Amino acid sequence: MEKNIDISGIRAQFPIFRDSSLVYLDSAATAQKPQCVIDAENNFYENENASVKRGMYKLAERATEEFESAREKVKSFIGAKSDHEIIFTKSATESINLVARCQGEKFLKKGDTVLLSILEHHSNIVPWMQLKERIGINIEWVHLKNGELDIEELKSKIAEFNPKLVTITCASNVTGILTPYKEIISLAHSAGAKILLDAAQLVPHRGINVQDIDCDFLVFSGHKVYGPTGIGVLYGKEKLLEDMPAFLGGGSMIQEVTEEGFLETHLPDKFEAGTPPIAQAIGLGAAIDWISDIGWKAIEKHEEELRKYAFDKLSEIEFVEILPFDAVYPEQSRRTQDDMHIGCVSFITKEIHPHDLTEYLGSKGICLRAGHHCAQPLHKYLGHTASTRMSLGIYNSKEDIDKMCEAIAEAYEFFLGKSYK
Amino acid sequence: MDIYAENILDHFRNPRNCGEISDATVDHKEENIECGDDLRLYLKIENEKITNAKWEGKGCAISQASMSILSEELTGMSTEDAEKMTKEDIYELLGVPIGPRRFKCALIGLHALKNALLKTNEKELQSWAKTIEMNNV
Repeated sequence: MEKNIDISGIRAQFPIFRDSSLVYLDSAATAQKPQCVIDAENNFYENENASVKRGMYKLAERATEEFESAREKVKSFIGAKSDHEIIFTKSATESINLVARCQGEKFLKKGDTVLLSILEHHSNIVPWMQLKERIGINIEWVHLKNGELDIEELKSKIAEFNPKLVTITCASNVTGILTPYKEIISLAHSAGAKILLDAAQLVPHRGINVQDIDCDFLVFSGHKVYGPTGIGVLYGKEKLLEDMPAFLGGGSMIQEVTEEGFLETHLPDKFEAGTPPIAQAIGLGAAIDWISDIGWKAIEKHEEELRKYAFDKLSEIEFVEILPFDAVYPEQSRRTQDDMHIGCVSFITKEIHPHDLTEYLGSKGICLRAGHHCAQPLHKYLGHTASTRMSLGIYNSKEDIDKMCEAIAEAYEFFLGKSYK
Repeated sequence: MDIYAENILDHFRNPRNCGEISDATVDHKEENIECGDDLRLYLKIENEKITNAKWEGKGCAISQASMSILSEELTGMSTEDAEKMTKEDIYELLGVPIGPRRFKCALIGLHALKNALLKTNEKELQSWAKTIEMNNV
């Protein structure tokens, strides 16, 4: 039976919404946390705290069990084959850096091409540019057509440059549009390239199965999927991770250290030097349990309704231009993109600067984000320096959208001294 | 809203001294890349006095209002006094609390002024870091 999301029931689970005046529309930056996630972390510190993988007492064994159980939950969440393929990092950003350093430095050489898209977040751009500085790889870009990733350009860049790695976001943190990542994986593999998926924006909104789609690497951050900050995930196919050298050096990732040198240990520990973010991993496990309990069907149904409502209401405000459609492709219909969208909408207005608009909204307790959203190349490509971004989370309602739109209309009057109607 | 006081909104809606000076002594452009503010400042300097100050720019309300307010002060000011202007002087002119997120917006006019004057003396331009750090002597 399809569960419908009861918004007030969901909101009640988030202590931050005790302040009922808070209209939080910045979940793409970070998501709010349900009580059960907060409790899971607290419970660890209060009742189970000990270091993991060592220690010969009950508390330490328990801590290790809980930590590894969180790893199992992540494995199931993304459909991985083995828990050796789940590496805990501190964030999606760190995960990408790990691949750039360990896969990149070992298997790429000067002149090899890495293919990026113009939609990428800086976390999936800068590590490759750093790799370029270090070993001289070549970076190529795929741009947009009608607001979406240009698949034809991707095909021609693959044919021309024979990239060793294609690294793509599953969904843009600016436009909210999904990329055709399944097709991209297929194209990359046919050309002998590896593929890394940045799923940071996708996983709060859609299920994903890494075996079904056969991606080589996938990353996401805990704090965007209703989990704690300071925890991220790198999924990598076991064989690939085995062949990669370790990332950070230190305790836990070794079998043996002598005066002469060290021997790396097995997966996943090889990539988890030092004391891991234990409480945070457990918190992430609780977040995954919580989402699984609600179910993707209910989440997607709720978000689809809300997303369509948000688009409709924002479109009614004449001076608002939603990126990329109005800005670049005015003739495209937004409605056709609904299913390929995660409810993250960035917009500009000619009359009011994004920082002013967002500051005004902020003063009314309406939380949106202003700036380039760590996607400067995308903004430059779309012809803007900055935009205002609204992004939906599971706890948002039509009321939130109404309040936002009302405040946007008020902002026009506030800054320009006249009503926009 | 504290930061958008009446004077700020007034200068944003009706910016003063907009335009160019065709026979300017110096013109200099500065940007605040993070925000997307940019402005070009034109100064006419005669006998070590700024006899005319005009500007063109686009950006957020704080940056535009700030430059507009500053431009009113500049006309008739000696270059010596202009060179001595600090960020505190700007904040005082604005009369609103500028937090860490918006100080570059508020100071872009000052930054352009500093570098325009350095340009006239054929000196090396100063960085944003220098403009932001400067305190009352």
